[in-house]
Amino acid sequence: MESSAHKFKDLAFTARRDAHLQAALGKLGSGFSLKRKEAARRLPEFEGLRDQAKTIKDHVLENLDFYLERFEERVIEGGGELHWCGDADAAQKKILDICRKANAKTVTKSKSMIGEEIAINEFLEKNNIEPIETDLGEYIIQLRGETPSHIIAPAVHLNMGQVEDTFREKHTTLEPGRKLDEPQRLLEEARSQLRDKFLNADVGITGANMLIAETGSTVLVTNEGNADLTHTLPRIHIVIATLEKVVPTLEDATSILRVLARSATGQEMSVYTTFCTGPKKSKDEDGPDEYHVILLDNGRSELLGSEFQDMLRCIRCGACLNHCPVYQTIGGHAYGWVYSGPMGAVLIPALIGLDRAGDLPNASTLCGQCEAVCPMRIPLPGLLRAWRTKQFEGSEKNTLGKILLKVWVTFVKSPKLYRGAMNFILMILEIFGRKSGGFQWLPLAKGWTQSRDFPSPAGPTFVSQWKKGLLMSDQEELQKRQKK
Amino acid sequence: MSTDREAILRRLKTKLYRDENPITDAFSRLQAPPLNIIPKRGANDLKNKVKNFIEEAEMADATVTKIEGLASLPKVITHYLASQNLPTGIRVADSLVDVNWGSQPLLSVKKGRAKGTDLVGVSRAFAGVAETGTLIYLSGEENPSTLHLLPPTHIAVLMEKDILGNYENAWTNVRLKCEKNAEGATSLPRAVSWVTGPSRSGDIEQTLLLGVHGPQRLHIVVVGNG
Amino acid sequence: MSDIVKNKAPVVGLFVTCLVDTLRPEVGFASALLLQRAGCRVEVPLSQTCCGQPAYNAGARADTKAIAKNVITSFEGYDYLVAPSGSCAGMIKEHYPKIFKAEKKWKNRAEALAIKTFELTQFLSEEVSINASTPETRITATYHDACSGLRELKIKQQPRELLLKVSGISLKEGKEAERCCGFGGLFCVKYGDISTGMVDEKIADLEATGAETVLGGDLGCLLNIAGRLKRVGSSMEVRHIAEVLVGSLDVPAILKTRKIKK
Ligand code: SF4
Repeated sequence: MESSAHKFKDLAFTARRDAHLQAALGKLGSGFSLKRKEAARRLPEFEGLRDQAKTIKDHVLENLDFYLERFEERVIEGGGELHWCGDADAAQKKILDICRKANAKTVTKSKSMIGEEIAINEFLEKNNIEPIETDLGEYIIQLRGETPSHIIAPAVHLNMGQVEDTFREKHTTLEPGRKLDEPQRLLEEARSQLRDKFLNADVGITGANMLIAETGSTVLVTNEGNADLTHTLPRIHIVIATLEKVVPTLEDATSILRVLARSATGQEMSVYTTFCTGPKKSKDEDGPDEYHVILLDNGRSELLGSEFQDMLRCIRCGACLNHCPVYQTIGGHAYGWVYSGPMGAVLIPALIGLDRAGDLPNASTLCGQCEAVCPMRIPLPGLLRAWRTKQFEGSEKNTLGKILLKVWVTFVKSPKLYRGAMNFILMILEIFGRKSGGFQWLPLAKGWTQSRDFPSPAGPTFVSQWKKGLLMSDQEELQKRQKK
Repeated sequence: MSTDREAILRRLKTKLYRDENPITDAFSRLQAPPLNIIPKRGANDLKNKVKNFIEEAEMADATVTKIEGLASLPKVITHYLASQNLPTGIRVADSLVDVNWGSQPLLSVKKGRAKGTDLVGVSRAFAGVAETGTLIYLSGEENPSTLHLLPPTHIAVLMEKDILGNYENAWTNVRLKCEKNAEGATSLPRAVSWVTGPSRSGDIEQTLLLGVHGPQRLHIVVVGNG
Repeated sequence: MSDIVKNKAPVVGLFVTCLVDTLRPEVGFASALLLQRAGCRVEVPLSQTCCGQPAYNAGARADTKAIAKNVITSFEGYDYLVAPSGSCAGMIKEHYPKIFKAEKKWKNRAEALAIKTFELTQFLSEEVSINASTPETRITATYHDACSGLRELKIKQQPRELLLKVSGISLKEGKEAERCCGFGGLFCVKYGDISTGMVDEKIADLEATGAETVLGGDLGCLLNIAGRLKRVGSSMEVRHIAEVLVGSLDVPAILKTRKIKK
């Protein structure tokens, strides 16, 4: 997918003024996050399970090569094929290869963020194969030519009216006068449109929430059941997954599943969790004839052993987006690439380059809400700060911000200089601000003053007042001081 | 692709700070999968497990009926279909062949995998998990996956004795049932499916809608020994 | 005179924070008084400047270390370091030991300081005790939980209990008291528009409580909230909790003009 992460500020500005989007985002905080809280409250072991999920994934990352090789053995043993792909190009080619061999014309797809990462839809289309997204949200945005704005709720930015307009525009064979004024009607229309596609597709492409080394299984989690139809009905099932998705055992996958849905939507468990292992067995009545796993690196191995390794624990639950006040203010598209929210702000620079996504790690107050809810205990604020360090130390370029910071640091490092400078600045500010009591404009602080007043100082610094007056011990003295 | 394989593995091996020796705890983890934290809520006697299962399944928007013995299953299904204004054609899993479907002449019963036109699928769950009201299906000739996926109404038949406390109990039973390879690793059926409630989506304005691609109705018949 | 037993009173180094120092010295005096009332001897090292958070969060590691060393040197001689800010106290307590990971000697000194570093309300509730000493204050207030204090130092109940005990104030809780106000240090200037969206959410929640005063423990958030409230013409007042605990309500609230009361 093409990135527009470099246009973050403009995109965020527009997003703030998009009334539909703002209405949708308003619901997010009260929806997902309240439900998560309730689910966590219902399960006394929840915090312990989070610790455990983290430990499991850390163990995997320390032994990633081992588990991937075991996984590979088991896939092959079960009659499947495993294809290692270094980057998006290699994965695209391999997928096309498999589709061509099968003479595929249409491909059903269940939502896969990796699929977005490697832009598989555009690529298949270019090669005259029709990809059909089957997750309801993905289907809607595919019709609209948009990208997901949330990793688990891809169409969260749209309202019903927009969906209705899209359906009327795209489903041209249907009666124009039909009623579409309720969510249920929209759902039924999408369902019936997709029914035939499911039944007639040649290939089904899914992502994977996890890969299991013990059994060579791929784990698929959905609420709609679209992933299951995608891997059960066509002749060929292709799984695209990145390296870090592997876990050791069925029990380990189970532990992670216990925190996944609760963190994501607040459900006790998602509706469908399927462990797919190989193509159909000789006597099975349904299931695909071929089972392919595309095992994709696409930058993951670079993160291993780096200060960003923790990010490889991410299970894409979306909790950090749901709870992020910045995400709730600007939505997902402003981030400019496949991912968004705190996890996106850490991951996008890693995958497309810091120079192309320089705003993302900075556009955060580091409030820590994401880390507080992340089921995998990923220290997201710390990772954002690590990117800032790379930016600050990694480039010779002196931006205005950097120069100002340097000047400030020079003063802060030397208490004497600092005292003098502060008292001087306060004096000036006091003179200018005396009348109004506050500023509506200040040099270099437009970001603040365009929407907020800034107080004018009330006198010299605390430290210099203290130095003069020294210890006070009662309130009268304090008040005397304040009146002066 | 083999070049990608080698290149990736080489990158991993150089990036991992670990000595050359085989990773013994990883090895033993696969050999004998350790149990992790298991929520207490499923640990109960059978009666309470059944109760928990039903509560949780209902919370996930499934409906549940309890009967004693398989003999009354056809009747219960006929009643359920009538109560929902559904036609009486059902597609039934081979795992339920023993049931005397003929006892309800109104029912028209088909076997085999589900077709796009089927309206009701009936299959037998391998297990039910009390922890979250989850059904577990194992794919196979006796239980095609399409039965619980394609028809808009799915009826799950769950033997009371198959209601387990937690998922780990279910894995134990799955492992017992499945073949092993030379190293003792389990060969799972093509699809092990956990199903918790009917299909749903919140993709349109975060409104909960049931029955997107999978069934809109999930009715569970718990069959006691009586 | 207070009844401190001179030789037993713990000596507190008051880290007043750069924002209080420059923009609201009243909070510094209020903190000092509260600490005295709790039986401490208060000292203000004149060599203090800033905890270094702006540099740290900008990714300037070397500069952060230099600033941190000044703080450590200035404060390690006291029994305690107390700051009227969860974010500065959090910086010293949680992050200083991390930034000196690779320098053993400084790491030890940072850890030693971290152990005795406290945010003001945390200190007043956990390390010492303070009793009601002000006439009951009749304001209706709501409390904004500043992010670092809440999540790094687990400050939640302490300010609420102190308000009730010392000033007889029980709070009207905001539904989203724990939501970030959008200040974020340099963030609010660099991403002013996003920050504005965030502070608007915040003030909507604060105003929905019906309280007349917003209290908090971090001047950064309070300046942000007060700045926005003033701009949109709200009458809500904003104060640091120390001002209320000490009973100095005749000082105008943040960004309220200093009218002389009749
Ligand atoms: S970073 Fe954590 S909270 Fe965010 S999506 Fe990943 S696992 Fe979920």
